[in-house]
Amino acid sequence: MTVTASPGGSIIYLEDVTVDYDGFKALNGLNFFMDYKELRVVIGPNGAGKTTLLDVISGKVQPSVGRVIFGRSTDLVGRRENEIASLGVGRKFQTPSIFANLTVRENLELALARASKGVLATLQARFSGEQRERIEATLETTGLAQHADDRAGGLSHGEKQWLEIGMVMVQDSELLLVDEPVAGMTDEETEKTGRLLQGIAQERAVLVIEHDMEFVRSIARTVTVLHEGSVLCEGPVDQVQNDERVMEVYLGRSGDADA
Amino acid sequence: MRTRERWAFLAAAVLLVVVLPALNALPQGSPLRVSNFTLNLFGKFLTYAILALGIDLIWGYTGVLSLGHGVFFGLGAYAMGMHLMLEIGAKGVYQNVLPDFMVWNRVTELPLFWKPFGSALFTLLAVVVVPGIVALVFGFLTFRSRIRGVYFSIITQALALCAWLTFNRNAMNLGGTNGLSGFKTMFGFPLNEPGTQRGLYVATALCLCGAYLLCRWIVRTPAGKVLVAIRDSETRVLFCGYSPAAFKLFVFTVSACLAGVAGALYVGQVGIITPARIGVLPSIEMIIWVAVGGRGTLIGPIVGAFGVNWLQSQLTTHYPDLWILVLGGLFVSVVLFFPDGVVGTAQKLMARFGTTTGKPAPAPPLASPHPAAMPEGKREEVAP
Amino acid sequence: MLIRLLLALALLSGLTTPAAAQGAAPSPAPEMVKAINEVASSDATVQEAAANALGKTGDRKILPLLEALREGSVFVRTLPGGKKETVIVGDKVNEGDKTLVPIFTAYGREPILGPDGKPLLADLAKMEEVSTGRSLRLVLRPLIDSFSGQSQLSDPDWTVRQAAAVKIGNTGDPGALPTLTEALAKEKDRWVRYALEEAIALIQLKAGSPAERVIAATRLGALGSGDALDRLREVAGAAETPAPLKEAAAAAVKRIERWSLLTQGIQVGFQGVSLSSILLLMALGLAIIFGLMGVINMAHGELMALGAYTTYVTQGWFQGHAPGAFEYYFLAALPLSFLVAGAAGFVLERGVIRFLYGRPLETLLLTWGISLMIQQGLRLWFGAANVDVISPKWLSGGVPVMVGIQLPYNRLFIIGLATVAVCGMYLLLFKTDAGLRVRAVTQNRGMAACLGVRSRRVDALTFALGAGLAGIAGCALTQIGNVGPELGQNYIVDSFMVVVTGGVGKLLGTILAALGIGGLNKIIEPSFGAVFGKVAILVVVILFIQRRPSGLFAAKGRYADS
Repeated sequence: MTVTASPGGSIIYLEDVTVDYDGFKALNGLNFFMDYKELRVVIGPNGAGKTTLLDVISGKVQPSVGRVIFGRSTDLVGRRENEIASLGVGRKFQTPSIFANLTVRENLELALARASKGVLATLQARFSGEQRERIEATLETTGLAQHADDRAGGLSHGEKQWLEIGMVMVQDSELLLVDEPVAGMTDEETEKTGRLLQGIAQERAVLVIEHDMEFVRSIARTVTVLHEGSVLCEGPVDQVQNDERVMEVYLGRSGDADA
Repeated sequence: MRTRERWAFLAAAVLLVVVLPALNALPQGSPLRVSNFTLNLFGKFLTYAILALGIDLIWGYTGVLSLGHGVFFGLGAYAMGMHLMLEIGAKGVYQNVLPDFMVWNRVTELPLFWKPFGSALFTLLAVVVVPGIVALVFGFLTFRSRIRGVYFSIITQALALCAWLTFNRNAMNLGGTNGLSGFKTMFGFPLNEPGTQRGLYVATALCLCGAYLLCRWIVRTPAGKVLVAIRDSETRVLFCGYSPAAFKLFVFTVSACLAGVAGALYVGQVGIITPARIGVLPSIEMIIWVAVGGRGTLIGPIVGAFGVNWLQSQLTTHYPDLWILVLGGLFVSVVLFFPDGVVGTAQKLMARFGTTTGKPAPAPPLASPHPAAMPEGKREEVAP
Repeated sequence: MLIRLLLALALLSGLTTPAAAQGAAPSPAPEMVKAINEVASSDATVQEAAANALGKTGDRKILPLLEALREGSVFVRTLPGGKKETVIVGDKVNEGDKTLVPIFTAYGREPILGPDGKPLLADLAKMEEVSTGRSLRLVLRPLIDSFSGQSQLSDPDWTVRQAAAVKIGNTGDPGALPTLTEALAKEKDRWVRYALEEAIALIQLKAGSPAERVIAATRLGALGSGDALDRLREVAGAAETPAPLKEAAAAAVKRIERWSLLTQGIQVGFQGVSLSSILLLMALGLAIIFGLMGVINMAHGELMALGAYTTYVTQGWFQGHAPGAFEYYFLAALPLSFLVAGAAGFVLERGVIRFLYGRPLETLLLTWGISLMIQQGLRLWFGAANVDVISPKWLSGGVPVMVGIQLPYNRLFIIGLATVAVCGMYLLLFKTDAGLRVRAVTQNRGMAACLGVRSRRVDALTFALGAGLAGIAGCALTQIGNVGPELGQNYIVDSFMVVVTGGVGKLLGTILAALGIGGLNKIIEPSFGAVFGKVAILVVVILFIQRRPSGLFAAKGRYADS
């Protein structure tokens, strides 16, 4: 099938993607797509290929077969990570990956979307008033305003996660890839994160990987279940949770399957 | 620049650039006089300080450990050395326009690659450009293929070894083991006159100030923050849209050019350059200057370059056998007990005891282990 | 005809000698007596003819006379009764103002006894000296050589026989042909046979009939004789050489050149393998410490030096306390080097390195500092100059494998040692419980600890193991390289290159990388020199890493680190 424009105006479309690690197929002929401004949650047992999915989209891993179409017709396969990031794909890692030795504000400044992120441009970069406001707004939204000038390494685990989400927001990405955002968070923090993500999803597409089913239920509209590298089933949360194949795959447990 | 800092800088600059040479110009016998020997020694230390600044950029800030900076230093030194050799003209031992060692080796004609160094302008350019180009090529090949961490360090060490081996060969026509020496004049000024040495010293001090301002400017721009970010988490930097390889290459080249300049200033004041200055051991000594002084602080490397070399000159005159043991001990103790170096530790103490200026504490170089600091060339992210 | 008769006589006398030795000294044949007397003549021509005649008898007992002639210790004494006797004189004894010498018979150099049964001392002044002019000396030399050659041809040591054959061949003396042919018929050792055949062919090439020369040339080509190459070239190039001989010689030259290309290739290959095994021994320890534990040990070279110096000290101990067993010092030095270096490694790990796991750049600096200290320590204790380590006899020399190739024993030993070490490591790491624990700790320290593995202890022992291997490498190195305080520095960069190229954590990669780098070094070295070789290898490694940044065998997938 040769598709140059993505069907139905999707933000990301994976076509027949296979990722082969010396015989072990992390992704196996995967077909997956998301709409603009959609909040999608991807679940699945360990080894199903969830993180690999994010790796492929963000450019960390190159598929051996298949295409990854971003937006209208941009094929991401073969591009480097920073290129893809500049095109508008932001990624938040499972273990908070922020710059511990810079301040919170500096973290955001670094991530801020700019016309060019080359060396010369960055040497001469100045932040316009609008950009500064953006950063302030993000600080507010993520609740980190009072820590703005503190060293990022000193934040709590939850705060680091939010900082990273903030960085991805400020990157102006059209598609956010979020890997297990609430791992290790308290209930309160989890709830706040959920609201944060939902707020973001009103402006852009968000792809979330999670294990915490309560959290999933609270934020998700559509859920995709991955199994052994391909899509097992897809649909609204309740439908998926009651699907027999899904229950089988999660070792016969009912909808309360937790990590 | 913040006012306090500006005054401190000006004071230091005036001290180095004006006061010290003036004290040297006092007549013999004056109580405050700084001897020619001391001034010359200081000048040498200052060239080391310039070198150390460059290393701080690439290592202290960006976290890339280069064990081969002796090569760049040497390239600058040899470039200037070649010009000075040619400037001797026919006043050498053999009364031949060719440098003495060439006559000794029965070389009859000046090798092609020596000829351009007859021009002062070319030499001044070469001092910066040659190390720069070598750094560009080497850096491009290594950073682009994402060679990181210890792999990179080992390869730079191999580069230093190869450079040393190559410069040692008589067939290269660079003076072999004895290097280049016996200079008489520099741009027309006789090198053995105190006035010339004073001038060289002033030039060095000015270059140091300039280098400091340059480095300071770089680390304060957003690009400087990117450097620190690369050290913290190169993957994250990548996903923010930057190309870490490009930034590393930039800083690596700048540091190489600074090293070249340092080398050129060194050769005029010390009067000799040999391959012993460009191999594996000297390159790693430079690292210890920066480590002792305090990585990532810019002031620290200057202090470290001065301090360690002063210690060396003291020890080698009185207890030569002891120096290497002390050097080794410095390595061990700095790594184990004083990872922030002198200046770094001082800054931390000041911050702790409330005399902070509101600036964020400088990047402590040895924070807890990061996945990004792992020993593999290409690492996968630690995943569930 | 006469020669054969004399030879037969000589053989006969040789056969009868054992029986005759029980009695009085055998008397020489009349012809010989005549020759013995003529050798003392004042006419040089007569002397030379007599000497030749004596030489041709092939009688060994004439050798002392010939040698004495050369030394100038042949005199003629006048017996009471007027008869003259040629005698050999011994060392002078001064008695008052007279110089006395003991005298020996010309034939067989038996001491001449006086009436009291004791060796007779004659007055030197009363005897006539026999002068040996230059031309006589020239005649004497090949005669003496062929005698000694003959005896050497039956020496029990095969290397002596081989050397004798070569020497005789080089004289080009056709008179030696029968001796050679006879020796060839009796010879069993293939290398001596080769030397004999070569010698015969060489002589025939020089002095045979035209047909014989052609056969000889072809034979030399077939033998692949490198020694004959120059002579064959001469013959092939000379204008007066008859055509068939020229052809044969030229063909032989070609054949020999091809053969030497082959042998050179093999020689280079062998050298490459032996260099690789040294690199491998060094890199193996490093691969365990770096590859498995992630510790950059810049002091690895110094651990090697410790092993080398331990060998030196062991040698000294044996020299002083057990000189009889000196040849075995090396066998004691091997385990000692392992233990000393291993202990040093253990102390290092427990003392400083264990604080720095997960911080490779810091360990790099730290271990470099330690290497400096160890180097200086060695320098202060043993002196800055190289020390002498003598190879035990059983490691000197080599085994000839083919024409033109001799594989030195010491290098063979090192290759063997490296193989044993690699196999041992493999077995230890992959087939034993201890090895399992090591691998567990290096792959997931926390989990291993939870399962009851004493990770700290495993760390220390693994490091010590790697260090011990370095010690063995140092011990092996004493046999083929110089031992000085800078020993470590010469090899550390190379070893790291091997580990970098081979890939972290993979034994096979390290082996292949060592072979590759060692081989490449040896191939480049002869044509371009060692420096260029090192530079070229650096360039190759950099370019290679472009394609495969994690080395030959990357550790695929993910694993958590300490």
